[in-house]
Amino acid sequence: MTNDSAIWVYLSASPLFGLTLTLVSYLLAVKLYQTGRGNPLLNPVALSILLIMGVLYAFNLTYEAYFSGAQFIHFLLGPATVALAIPLFDQFGKLKKVWLPLTAALVLGITVSGFSAYFIALQLGASEQTLLSLIPKSVTAPIAMGISEKTGGLPTLTAVFVVITGILGAILGSTLFKLLKIRDDSVKGVAMGVTAHGLGTARSFQLSPEMGAFAGLAMALSASISPFLLPLVLSFVQRFQ
Amino acid sequence: MPFLTVITLLLIYQLIGELIVLGFSWPIPGPVVGMLLLLMTLLLRASFATEMRASTDKILTHLSLLFVPAGVGLMVHLSRLEQEWLAITLALFISTVLGLLVTAWSMMLFSKWFQSERGYDK
Repeated sequence: MTNDSAIWVYLSASPLFGLTLTLVSYLLAVKLYQTGRGNPLLNPVALSILLIMGVLYAFNLTYEAYFSGAQFIHFLLGPATVALAIPLFDQFGKLKKVWLPLTAALVLGITVSGFSAYFIALQLGASEQTLLSLIPKSVTAPIAMGISEKTGGLPTLTAVFVVITGILGAILGSTLFKLLKIRDDSVKGVAMGVTAHGLGTARSFQLSPEMGAFAGLAMALSASISPFLLPLVLSFVQRFQ
Repeated sequence: MPFLTVITLLLIYQLIGELIVLGFSWPIPGPVVGMLLLLMTLLLRASFATEMRASTDKILTHLSLLFVPAGVGLMVHLSRLEQEWLAITLALFISTVLGLLVTAWSMMLFSKWFQSERGYDK
């Protein structure tokens, strides 16, 4: 009716708003993170998510309206995954030496990450849909959502768990490694990539190129193994319940 | 290599990956297949990596930005999270710590194990 509401009708229907809001919030969050001298608690992803949610609530906009614009950023996860081939290639010489222990650690890490969450939530009385949505939470978002759909979880809930896990891994990782005196960059990278996928990889690249490359490698391998491994372990677990 | 060419190449590899996955109905995601295909290409032609690196570095620096839209999906699930917040918080927190530790320790353990089995020191 009024001019004001016409503006909001436009904003909630146009993808421009969601897209701009995402970029502005992220840039602000990165600025804050840098001002805080890279304190991992000021994680830019967590900050920008909270910022965006605040704006959406304040203006009464739905997630669907927001995502109609934000999907363009979400889409770039695909080509960015392909681009990980470059750092992977850079570390290929080292990879050839460690592939056997790497694969073994990967299978163990993927299973423990997913099913420890499953059993803890089960003990604390979470609903079945929540349990099933938790299992692929350490796998990178698009793949995790696919696994969740196949095993009876809620893909969008899984996406949320994936992002929270990634933020937690990025925050906790370096402190944990320091505390336990784990110094090998390849070991640290693999742990970050398996547990905290792309966000762990992004954090690892900030710490060292070698750690980043191994995180990217572990994330990519986990993304290829998990769609087979996790449903298999789940059917095994369900048989004994 | 110009930025636009690199982006186009990445999309082509992703597209081929998606088509392969679709064609063979594999449960793996298309971008992962695309990445493995690009890796194979680079192993055959190393100069490719040098040419693409400047652009791909730019994309990978902002990798975390790409997770923001999915994370905002939190607001759709708020009522569930309110009801089950304790179970979910503890499950996510403890499993992340366990995941990091088990992966790091098993990697170190298996490295020693396989190396001593094959009889070389380092």
